[in-house]
Parts: sequence; structure tokens; C-alpha cells
Amino acid sequence: MLRFIGRRLLLIIPVLIGLSLITFTVSRIVPGDPVKLAAGSQARPEQILKLQEEFGLDRPLPEQYLRYMGGLLQGNWGYSISTKRAVGPDLITYFTATLELTLVSTFLGLLIGIPLAITSARWRDRWPDHFSRFISIGAISVPVFWIAIILQIVLAQNLRLLPVSGRFDPRTTYPTVYTGILLLDSIIAGNWQAFGIGLRYILIPAFCQSLLVIALITRQLRGDLLDIVRKDFVLVARANGIPERMIWTRYLMKNALIATISMLGFLIGFQLGGAPLIEYVLDWPGIGQYALKAALQLDFQPIMGSTLFIGCIVVAINLITDLIYRLVDPRIGFS
Amino acid sequence: MTTSSSLSLRDRAVRWSEEHASQIHEVRRGIYRFSRNRLSVIGLSMVIVLLFIALTAPLWVPYPDDVTGDVHMDARLKPPDAEHLFGTDDAGRDVFSRTIMATRISFQVGVIILIVAISIGVTLGAIAGYFGGWVNQIIMRLTDVMLTFPGIFLALAISAALGRGVLNATLALSVTWWPGYCRLVEAQMLKMREEDFVAGAHAIGASNWRIIFRHILPNLLTAIIVKASMDFGFAVLNLAALGFIGVGVLPPEPDWGSMISAGRRFIPASWWYSTFPGLFMFITVLAFNLLGDGLRDLLDPNATVRS
Repeated sequence: MLRFIGRRLLLIIPVLIGLSLITFTVSRIVPGDPVKLAAGSQARPEQILKLQEEFGLDRPLPEQYLRYMGGLLQGNWGYSISTKRAVGPDLITYFTATLELTLVSTFLGLLIGIPLAITSARWRDRWPDHFSRFISIGAISVPVFWIAIILQIVLAQNLRLLPVSGRFDPRTTYPTVYTGILLLDSIIAGNWQAFGIGLRYILIPAFCQSLLVIALITRQLRGDLLDIVRKDFVLVARANGIPERMIWTRYLMKNALIATISMLGFLIGFQLGGAPLIEYVLDWPGIGQYALKAALQLDFQPIMGSTLFIGCIVVAINLITDLIYRLVDPRIGFS
Repeated sequence: MTTSSSLSLRDRAVRWSEEHASQIHEVRRGIYRFSRNRLSVIGLSMVIVLLFIALTAPLWVPYPDDVTGDVHMDARLKPPDAEHLFGTDDAGRDVFSRTIMATRISFQVGVIILIVAISIGVTLGAIAGYFGGWVNQIIMRLTDVMLTFPGIFLALAISAALGRGVLNATLALSVTWWPGYCRLVEAQMLKMREEDFVAGAHAIGASNWRIIFRHILPNLLTAIIVKASMDFGFAVLNLAALGFIGVGVLPPEPDWGSMISAGRRFIPASWWYSTFPGLFMFITVLAFNLLGDGLRDLLDPNATVRS
């Protein structure tokens, strides 16, 4: 198992180098000029020159790349041209918001997706099945940026049930930061008022995000359940007179959840990469929004930073998923 | 003379159907099973209607000039009525005409994206899976890198770098779409190359390329078609997402994403401006996903659900 982890960790290095090279190429060898964008249209030529020098953008491209990667190895994530802020600490702050969104949306997704899948498999090809399949295919077909706007208008602006956008009410004091995850911090601090406010802010973005989770979990679990239901051991269990209810909970769900775990790992990794569209529409200060803004401003070091950061996370989650998968199902070896 | 030729034609048809009886039976069974799945039938009907709309739209949209950028400031932001089914936008243009014509552009772009992505992905995947070794390592690590980019982020960065326009957006989405096909084909190729029929083709002296393209790839066609039918909706969706962020289709060309984004400023008073393009886009993506889901159940040998 240790050898398996070691080999997989070694394979990550070329992936990250490739990622950095592609990102560098895309963000630097382009017609647009990030410095002009950051300095504004009224900037004098000498101002632009000074900025270029400050960020080393007047150097040859290979040198720029090596310098950046060298800095990265020493833990320096660089600076943003447009905000002048350090990229490293910003990435952490924005990432915790994405992490919080991912946790809540995954929870919501499982809460809705698992019952849908069971209903679907239990009454296959009957109307409950058609209904839940329609929900699951519908959930993945909705343009998230559109549904986010619609929910924002209806729930927040018209009915005034939930806040319009953002992560927390600026008029309320933020609970002490332990983890950076607002909901968790409020629980630790015992600050239920802050917890309630945080929850109200996260509901719309988390729901939009959970649509993907609902769709994929339902599809995966339904397929697996239908597969297992025809297996001999289920037949034996039925023949032995084990109640149908118990067959579903003890026999079917237990076995079907193995593949669902791997799907869940993929989903969590995917979500931790940020949801640029949802975060952009609902002004959720997550890593997707950070990366999106950086990309639109051709802001070189934040682009590199967020891509590599997200890349590391995706790769790490894939590795963890593979490990769990192999631990849960001993039939799959570590070779 | 005429009777004998028509008779022989009939004879030939009869003989053909006798020779292909098992295939005909398969197809009939397939159609039957597909028709049992009500959702897929709905999806297929919707797709046919949408294709018809996309193909014939220029002939019947009520205000073709509004699509190319006419401005009627006296008729701006009018609510839906008999004259303007989906209302008008902030330049007084007919939202219905623009939504319908956006279907056409989206479909064109979607088809191009898939053609490019499938060509690149299938070729690379076939080479990687068939030859294995270091060729496989290089191609598959590159695929890993591409798949590590989150969501549409790479496409977004590329189109932000290249500037707005249908062509740039298509290019950006095409070069980011192939890894899925590459992985699919590579995995199947690894399995297939161990099959007896490949060894047989080798034995009678077929070249590697012939084996890949004539013997193995046709077996993967089904899986590729299933993936493509599900991907088409998402390609269209991502094009709109680029437009929404402001790096996709260049106005005044109609695009669902840019319409939703532009209409956002006028909500809730002029709700129709964002709502109808979004709804239409939802229906389009839904249609292709319903169809793709049905096809997958039917055709994909790896799908778990069979009847």
C-alpha cells in the first residue's frame, strides 16, 4: 500500500509540471497585455514600464517561468498585478469558502440523491422511477448560472426569504476564525446567531451546486442497485424470508455504496476546484471566482497560483478516493 | 423485362432480409426497448424538433433583422405579447427571434466542438491504448493534466486570452474537450488489443493502422456515439457559459449566455429577457441528456442497466 501511494505521488509531479507549463503558455503567450489591463487606459508609458519591471514581465518567457517556479518551490505564490495582494494567503482564504460550499452542497446532494436513487430502483420502470430519473437528468441539464439568477430573484428579491448574495452579513460580527469555515467556526464558538446567518447565505449557492451531486449520485446508485438486486445472494436472502426492508438496507445499500463512494470522491474533487459560475453570480468568495477574475484580467501569477493549487487538490482527492476504494473493496489490489 | 427486373429486386430484398435476419431482429429489439423508456422517447422527439428549428430558423423567425443587431429604442423592454412572444430586450429587439437563432449558432458550434474533440481524442486514445509503453505514458499523462483543469476554467482562460468571438470560443472549447474521448478509447483499446480477432488480423499481415481503424475502432463506435449524444448538450451549455461571463459569442450575434447576462440588469421588472433564453437552453440540454441517457442504457455494453 505504501508503494502504491509512493508511485502515485511520483506520477503527480509530471502532471503538475505539465499543468504549470500549459497554464503559463495560455496566460503569457497571448495577444492581451495584463499590465495595461491592470494599470488602466489612462496609464502613462513609464508607469506601465515600471509595473512590467516590478513583476519581471520584461524578461524572456523561459526566465519568467523558471523564476516563478523557483519562487513557488520556496513557498512564494507571487503577487496579483491588479490587487497588489499576495496570492498565497488569498488562495487559502478563498479556498475555505469553496470548501464550505462543497461540504454543504455534498450533504444536500446526498440527502436528496440517495432517496431518489432508492425510489427509482425499487419501482423500476414505473412512475416513481420515471419521476426520479427526470429529476436527476433535469438537475444536470439546468444551466447553473441561470437557475442561480432565478433563485436569487425569486427567493431573495421577491420573497425576501434569503440574502441576495455574498457569504456573510457585513453588519454582524464574524465569529472567531478557527478553521475558516464559517458554519464550523460558529458551532465551535457556540454562536448560533452567526450559524443561522451563515446558513441563510449558503443555501442558494449550495443548492445550485448540489444539482450536479444529485444528478450523478442518483444515476450511479440507481444503476448499482439494479445490478445487485439480480445477484444470487439477494435471491438467497429473499428465499430465506428476510424482510424486503432489511434486504434493501443491509444487502443492497451496503454493496451499492462502494461505487458511490468513488463517484462521491470525484464529485468532491470536482467541486473543490471551485464553481466559477455560481460563485460569480452569487458573489460567493470562493476559489472559482478568484480564478475567474484572474483569468479575465490575464493576471499572470494568480492564474498560475489558482490553477496549480486547484490541480494539487484534484490530484490529492483522486488519490484519496482510490485509496478508500481499495480499502473498502479488498477485491481491488494495490498493484 | 420490367416485371422480371422488379421481381429480381424483390427477390434480392427478400434474400437480403433473410441473410440479415439476426441484425434486423437486433435493431427491432433495440427500437422496442428504446420505445419502452418513455423519457428517452420524449428526449428523441424534443431533439428532432430542436434540430428542425435550428435548420429552418432563418426562414420563419418573425424579426430576422433583430438578430443581426437592429435597434428599436421605441420598443425597448416590452413584455411578452402576441407580437413579441418572449418580449423585447433593452434595444427593442425581439427576444423570441434571437433565442431561436441562438439555437442555430449553438448547434453549429456544438457540432464543430464534438467533431474536433472526437477526432483528437479518439486518435490519441487509440494510439495510446494500442501501442502502450512510453507512448501511452506521454499521451495519458497529458490527458491527466487536461482533466485536472477544473470545469470550464481552461476554456475560459483560452477564450479570455484570444478575445471574444464565436471562432475563438469554439477553438477554446474544442481543445479542452478531447481528454474524455481519449480516456474512453484508451481503456477500451487496452482491452481489445488482447482479443483473438486482433491476433488473427496480425497473423494475416494487417498493418497496425489497419487493425486500429478497421478492426478495433468500429467496435468502439457505439460507446463514442453514446458519449457524444450526452456531451452535445454540455458543449452547448459551456458555450453559453462563456457568453455569460463575457468571453464567448460577440454581440450582436445572439447567444443564450450573453442574453441571460444582459437581461440580468433588468430583472425583476423585465423578467422575460433572461428567463426565456435560459428556459430554452434548459430544454435543449435536457433533450440531449434524455436521449443520451436512453441510448446509454440501450447501447453501452458497460452500462449496468439492461433489460
